[in-house]
Amino acid sequence: MTATTATARRDDTMVSSLPPRPTPQRQFSARPLGVGLVGLWLSVIVLLPLAALTVTSFGDGVSGFWDAVTAPVALASLAVTVGLAAVVALLNAAMGTLIAWVLVRDDFPGKRVVNALIDLPFALPTIVASIVLLSLYGPNSPVHVHLNATRPGLVVALAFVTLPFVVRSVQPVLIEVDREVEEASASLGASNWTTFRRVVLPTLAPAIISGTGLAFARAIGEYGSVVLIGGNIPRRTQVASQYIQQQIEIDRPVNAAAVSVALLVIAFLTLFVLRVAAGRSRRREEESS
Amino acid sequence: MISVTGARKSYGNFAALDDVTLDIPAGTLTALLGPSGSGKSTLLRSIAGLERLDAGSIVIGGQDVTQVAPQKRGIGFVFQHYAAFKHMTVRDNVGFGLSIRKRPKAEIARKVDDLLEIVGLDGFQHRYPAQLSGGQRQRMALARALAVDPEVLLLDEPFGALDAKVRADLRQWLRRLHDEVHVTTVLVTHDQEEALDVADRIAVLNKGRIEQVGDPVALYDRPANDFVMSFLGSVARLGGQLVRPHDIALHRSRERAQSLDARVGGSPGVIEAVVERVVRLGFEVRVDLRADSGERFAAQVTRAEADALDLRVGETVYARATQGPDVTETEPALAI
Repeated sequence: MTATTATARRDDTMVSSLPPRPTPQRQFSARPLGVGLVGLWLSVIVLLPLAALTVTSFGDGVSGFWDAVTAPVALASLAVTVGLAAVVALLNAAMGTLIAWVLVRDDFPGKRVVNALIDLPFALPTIVASIVLLSLYGPNSPVHVHLNATRPGLVVALAFVTLPFVVRSVQPVLIEVDREVEEASASLGASNWTTFRRVVLPTLAPAIISGTGLAFARAIGEYGSVVLIGGNIPRRTQVASQYIQQQIEIDRPVNAAAVSVALLVIAFLTLFVLRVAAGRSRRREEESS
Repeated sequence: MISVTGARKSYGNFAALDDVTLDIPAGTLTALLGPSGSGKSTLLRSIAGLERLDAGSIVIGGQDVTQVAPQKRGIGFVFQHYAAFKHMTVRDNVGFGLSIRKRPKAEIARKVDDLLEIVGLDGFQHRYPAQLSGGQRQRMALARALAVDPEVLLLDEPFGALDAKVRADLRQWLRRLHDEVHVTTVLVTHDQEEALDVADRIAVLNKGRIEQVGDPVALYDRPANDFVMSFLGSVARLGGQLVRPHDIALHRSRERAQSLDARVGGSPGVIEAVVERVVRLGFEVRVDLRADSGERFAAQVTRAEADALDLRVGETVYARATQGPDVTETEPALAI
């Protein structure tokens, strides 16, 4: 998903910044081949499976799809998923920005280690995260904090796997922030907080929004890290991906596909909102030297 | 009035400011001039409160501000690279300081419009900084700094990022603006021409120390030392002594040169030199010379003098100083 958005954005900028170039008359380039290969690849990897999924979900007709999605347990799992993802995304927006800030602006011993640690959730199999959290906050918790099969437990698990998104999208932008702009703000009488709120934050906003969006999308589809600590209690801690797994196991592929399509729609909406938000801030700022 | 007393600031082993004492009279436009690393920017940023002094004090308008935060010093600061708020329109940029002071919206709008008219950006209210040229962005930054009615206006190489033509235009414009607004202004520059052009007073800095302070004419005509002399205006080394190229007279005959030089009687005396190149620069003619000691120097003469001398490459001439530390001719000498 990261790759898709990044490519799409780059295309946009290219199209808008380059003057239209006359197309050469004769072209024996690799263009048709390249386009064909990309089309084939995307079809096999992305479009066909999605189409197949959508077809399966409507296997019992529109009403069957609707019934599957609106079944109380299915709806509850979707609500739990989206609710938790939203909480985790907002948590990330705040904590990720703070972590990025500390990593860029402050100096402390072990900074490089901390910086490297941020990527750990990307590298670690998520099931490992689940086991770690279970052994720390599970029934035999050595610190006597019991989060097993609770929503806070899910939040912790999801926060763990989505930690890098906001940090890694805000960090490079923050490094590039012109310190003189903050000095200018101070010289005009703005307090540090006012400077952060009115000068720095608007500059970071696109990065924070995109990082938060990616964290949200990841949290929606997360399975591995919640499978052990979540407890899979319907209507309480069962997330959509667990519900889908459960429906497959009891041989209800239409139900599984229908909820999957619902997740798909949510993911698409997230992407769409992200692109609109990113486009708006880009139009405003453009590129300046 | 700004008074800096005994200011010291070090970065590790490097002394950026080494016991600097400087008074900047109210209402003047003072240039801090020096090479890079001379401490001029550190001094300016210390006045603004963006740097903390290791020792010494800074008084602005009778109030000791040494320990005061930049927010409360009553300053306006203009940066070399504009430091524009890119996500705000020109109007919001200029009105930023006023909106922080919670002034009524109508008052802010009126003041911003007035200022934009003064800096020649009227009609650009709704543009974003990215849609302005470098010169326009710097004028916006100036309006932004002036909007809060600062006690002093501090400019850190304000035209350094602009191309030569825009730079020359903007400094003329800054001079006129200062004559209208009369706010005490301190300008940091490494460009001696810029300092001579706009400033009422120039403080020359070198290696964290002030070499000389004075009006441009005094500094040019009576430099306190070789550093000031060579940093302000061009110099030629004539017989081991620094002389302005336009203060060198050239003669065809050794006798004539010696008799005129004897009348003044200073060092370095008459130097025999070979013409290496003659460059016509409009009204002036630069003559590149090599003395018999092997030392190269350039003399600047008028076109009429050059024509009368009829200099050719490879010919020998006799050079003497007409002005210098211990040479001063009271009446203009006939050059030939």
